Amino acid sequence: MMEYLQILGQEIYKIIFLLVPILVSVAMIVWLDRRVWGLVQKRRGPNVVGPFGLFQTLADALKYIFKEIIIPASANKVVFILAPIVTMTLALVAWAVIPMSEHLVLSDINVGILYLFAVSSLGVYGIIMGGWASNSKYPFLGAIRSAAQMVSYEVSIGIIIINVLLCVGSLNLNDIVIAQRELWYVIPLFPMFVIFFISALAETNRPPFDLPEAEAELVAGYQTEYSGMMYAMFWLGEYANILLMCAMGSVLFLGGWLPIVDIYPINLVPAPIWMILKILFLFFLFALIKAIVPRYRYDQLMRLGWKIFLPFSLVYLVLTASFLFYFDKLPKGNF
Amino acid sequence: MIVHSIFFYFFSIIAIFSSLMVITSRSTINSVFFLILDFISVGCLFIMVGAEFLGMILLIVYVGAVAVLFLFVVMMLNVAEQKQSWFIGRKSTHIPTGLIVSVLILLELLVVVGGWKYKEDVMSSSTLIISDISNTHQLGLVMYTDYILYFQLAGVVLLLSMIGAILLTFRERVGVKKQSYLKQVSRSPVTAVELVEVKSDQGVKIDD
Repeated sequence: MMEYLQILGQEIYKIIFLLVPILVSVAMIVWLDRRVWGLVQKRRGPNVVGPFGLFQTLADALKYIFKEIIIPASANKVVFILAPIVTMTLALVAWAVIPMSEHLVLSDINVGILYLFAVSSLGVYGIIMGGWASNSKYPFLGAIRSAAQMVSYEVSIGIIIINVLLCVGSLNLNDIVIAQRELWYVIPLFPMFVIFFISALAETNRPPFDLPEAEAELVAGYQTEYSGMMYAMFWLGEYANILLMCAMGSVLFLGGWLPIVDIYPINLVPAPIWMILKILFLFFLFALIKAIVPRYRYDQLMRLGWKIFLPFSLVYLVLTASFLFYFDKLPKGNF
Repeated sequence: MIVHSIFFYFFSIIAIFSSLMVITSRSTINSVFFLILDFISVGCLFIMVGAEFLGMILLIVYVGAVAVLFLFVVMMLNVAEQKQSWFIGRKSTHIPTGLIVSVLILLELLVVVGGWKYKEDVMSSSTLIISDISNTHQLGLVMYTDYILYFQLAGVVLLLSMIGAILLTFRERVGVKKQSYLKQVSRSPVTAVELVEVKSDQGVKIDD
């Protein structure tokens, strides 16, 4: 029994060392997002609290903590409180399989990419639960929009993942990274990378697809009735999800923790730093797009998902499979 | 082993409890939530016996997509009102139908589990390859070789049901203006703007 406790202690230690950096980087990333947004619009963005305004998010979080939590009288209280917890937990739980280097990964499971896909597809529950439990019109409309949107774009993300898996021959995230040692998949599968990126925008409800919280029509969508700490949890979960999507993109297409080129002075930089740089690069694109692209209309969003991305990624899947088969490049199983 | 059984009982107790709650809870929304909890704990059980691929697919397909649609339908329909008449109404046919279906399922389970336990040759041996290759590869090796026809057939059945569902819900609406994206993008100021002499007191007819 003692050794179980010891293993448990070690695992908890590892989990804390994963969670704390993620929470801190979520705070930093919110700052980066607002800063980029401001610079694109020729504003300064948050620059008062701390050096370069770095502590702005901490100040905001403190403000949220000390605010009163208001639960609407007609809300379904249990589900209402559960919704932000579900969002936040699911956003953090997915990080267990993201490899920061070959050995720096919490659990190196065989079906890592499926786990990531499963957890990110569960993210919709937090939003639906929040929207329904608020028992008010705007949150409900926002929740319905978001559910339809996330379910639609998951389909094309799934097919894009299959594209990558065809080239790798394994569902393990570390194997996916190692298979890109010769060539990052962003080059042969560039159209898929673009579609993945746009679908990730839709999946995380980011502009230009932020219809669930379109402030011009729906006040704040599913989080209209939330206040104080519960709102902050929604918000943290949302940004943790965005970071997760960036990590997924860098593992699938940008070679994860691999250095840009495997030449002497460059490959001295430790693997986690490459991973972080790639995540930051993708997040920078996310932030830029938030600033420069106007919001889509809902029918345009659905049309893009079902009529363009889905057929295109299916055709590309057939092309990839045929190419690999014809040139005899199918991964000869390492099983 | 003891930790394994602790986790096994933990997940199975949650699974059984939540499946009971699905059929007993008063509010339909709550039963959908319990159904989701049930799916998740069964997925965890799958992972515990080493069928990690099946567990993940259960999560992706059932929890990530099917249960979302359940939740959608239950939220949109006012099921709470109908629920009363199902149980109190005299001419209820739901309970006998449900009984027949559940007795059938019980019989099927008995045949399958009994056959598996006591008659070795009922199960084909190719489904139980025991080796060190991963679960996903095993499934692929069986599904795309021995059972390729059944697999394809299942795909065709699913496709047919999808087409059927679309046909059932499709209705042609009249008087709806459709937007052609090609037209919108390819407009130029020359063709899009039209200067009209407006006579006083008459106005213009814009929409044609």
